[in-house]
Amino acid sequence: MDFNFTEEQDMVRDGLSRLVREQYDWETRRKAIASPAGWRPEIWAQLAELGILGMPFSEADGGFGGGAVDAMVIMEEFGKGLVVEPFVPTVVCAGGFLKHAGTAAQKEEHIGAIVSGSAVFAFAYAEPKGRFDYADLETTAKKDGAGYVINGHKAVVIGAPWAGHLIVTARTGGARRDRGGVSVFVLAKDTPGVTTRDYVTVDGRRASEVYFENVAVGADALIGAEGEGLALIELVTDEAIAALCAEACGAMKVAHAMTVEYSRQRKQFGVPIGSFQVIQHRLVDMYTAYETAVSLTYLATLRLGADERERKRAVSAAKVGVGQSARLIGQEAVQIHGGNGVTDEYAVGHYFKRLTIFDSEFGNVDHHLKRHVALA
Amino acid sequence: MNLDFTPEEQAFRDEVRAFIAENHPKELADFGMREDMTREQMVAWHKILGKKGWSVPAWPVEYGGTGWTPTQRYIWSEENARANTFMPLPFGVSMVGPVIYTFGSEEQKARHLPGIRSGEVWWCQGYSEPGAGSDLANLKTTAVRDGDHYIINGQKTWTTLAQHADWGFFLCRTDPTAKPQEGISFILIDMKTPGVEVKPIKLLDGSYEVNETWLTDVRVPVENLVGEENKGWTYAKFLLAHERTGIAGVARSKRGIEKLRAIAAKEIANGEPLITDFDFARKISQLEIDLAALEITELRTLAGEQAGKGPGPESSILKIKGTEIQQRLTELTLEAVGHYGAPYMGGVSNDNGANAHPVGPDYATHAAATYFNMRKTSIYGGSNEIQRNIIAKMILGL
Repeated sequence: MDFNFTEEQDMVRDGLSRLVREQYDWETRRKAIASPAGWRPEIWAQLAELGILGMPFSEADGGFGGGAVDAMVIMEEFGKGLVVEPFVPTVVCAGGFLKHAGTAAQKEEHIGAIVSGSAVFAFAYAEPKGRFDYADLETTAKKDGAGYVINGHKAVVIGAPWAGHLIVTARTGGARRDRGGVSVFVLAKDTPGVTTRDYVTVDGRRASEVYFENVAVGADALIGAEGEGLALIELVTDEAIAALCAEACGAMKVAHAMTVEYSRQRKQFGVPIGSFQVIQHRLVDMYTAYETAVSLTYLATLRLGADERERKRAVSAAKVGVGQSARLIGQEAVQIHGGNGVTDEYAVGHYFKRLTIFDSEFGNVDHHLKRHVALA
Repeated sequence: MNLDFTPEEQAFRDEVRAFIAENHPKELADFGMREDMTREQMVAWHKILGKKGWSVPAWPVEYGGTGWTPTQRYIWSEENARANTFMPLPFGVSMVGPVIYTFGSEEQKARHLPGIRSGEVWWCQGYSEPGAGSDLANLKTTAVRDGDHYIINGQKTWTTLAQHADWGFFLCRTDPTAKPQEGISFILIDMKTPGVEVKPIKLLDGSYEVNETWLTDVRVPVENLVGEENKGWTYAKFLLAHERTGIAGVARSKRGIEKLRAIAAKEIANGEPLITDFDFARKISQLEIDLAALEITELRTLAGEQAGKGPGPESSILKIKGTEIQQRLTELTLEAVGHYGAPYMGGVSNDNGANAHPVGPDYATHAAATYFNMRKTSIYGGSNEIQRNIIAKMILGL
């Protein structure tokens, strides 16, 4: 057992921490997310230059040979700055599908472009009636000659307005909710028949409803074996959950630190509110919630390579525990900031919003508690 | 960063597991409650470990510690919990021992450390008083210098298992004019000294575990003062931080959850095993998740300690979360046994109101008593509210 970070990981953290501090200050972020684009491609280019976008890929695939712990380090720093650029959809999700199951040609085409920052992906898996079940798909991909024709509607596809490519899940066989018959495809967003409705999310990101109307793709769009995509989706989304948990830890750390600082400055009844025991104990409970969230994030991250049952149990444990901590810390941070906590001006409310939406991504607390029970 | 055991650590686990299997007295694994055990039974494993050199793993090697890494100590706890061993009590090993080897004189080390290691000498803790609980510095017991002795007067309470104790470590006021924290001294008392009187306090589970300790004109040689006079508060706080590191009880709680699952598999609710009831299974999963978080948090703390940071205020988190989990575990176990939580089985040997023969399933016998007993855990060792005060002050800087 070892809880130390490598020198390289410390360097990555320091580099990213500097970038977030110097170029992701609150006013700059506020303007960027309100701009028409909603993100900053120049930040993305710097992440490529720093080697961040190539970190989780093997050297053989053109990356820097990092792993899940590197992704954790990166995501924690993103969480601290509420970075909106689409690292999880592009590097963790699309990158994950490609590295685990991509053909040589698919890797050749896409991984280099991800590493260099020239390709941005979104992961279209959720559906209006599918909730958190990756197999509950109305989207279909029907065999048509050598290729497929895709029809369906994907919901709240994070980062899709910025993406040039999509990873799409669709049913190629079996009945709705069957484990078999689920397939994964990669395609350009400008493939004929793909339309989007783009919008802003409450946590400052961009997303789309994505509609597929008789979208014809070649056989080379399929990632992995036809009809056997569910296990792959579960693996990649578990990796995404570990990364999101690390992001949430970064956000919780800052939200807590802001609240402690506020309680030192803010005076009522002639004294700082942080001198009141009722406030102190709530700040301590937030601190404890943060520390246990970090521990569960380590657990999930370090178990991503374990056998399927152990991996799923660890990841679900983290999504439950981190989700509960995120809820507590977000709400308490706002409460202790008093009226200021519910203003748009104070940063704390924006951390609260990101921590709130985190819960629903890739399955909320209830969903993962059920999965944990099922794997007992 | 990884959670895997190295081949050396796997070999260590095998060695520990084999040693326990060969040496741990079988009858000790089956006690439901500590109060049914004799003094000899309670120290049996301690004495075996003392001979092996494994009774004080966390101590510095020069005083008899094993020099184990945090991972080895983790393996040690896991394997002991797995075999349900009765581990050495903390009063000597985790409390006064570290104070003596850190602040004590060479004579005190030579006199007291061997008996703590071997399990021959039983220690008890004289901290709390009727008027000094969370506000420990308000203690009134006095030690007045008289030549080469202190004359000690006062009343201590919640003295755990003092009925067996050979020695006690006591906080006494040596300077009544100083600020509360500055006039306290840390004094070792031979419990056979005239004027020391131990009176039992019966607890709500029916057990006899704690005592009132009355001290009336007790003459103690001045060489039993540890460290400097009036510096006792510093040593007391040091001791409490040490006490908290082992207090999480992760390995035992893991075993408790296994037992709870086994009980819930046997209990029938609505015609099906209770374990298949989602509401109940969900509570077990939530407990397991919280325990997993605590386990990694403890390992991170141990790794930090090895990096030279020593047990600090972070150990307060372990105390709070560890005791909350222990309590929820006993609460769920009581819920699991349903009606058979009610029959009173405590104090079979010494209480006229008890049922002589167990009714209901074996696993239900101690469920309520254990639940009642474990309410103490969020109160002792510095209540969980005091732990929050410590974190607020020492970590959050409030």
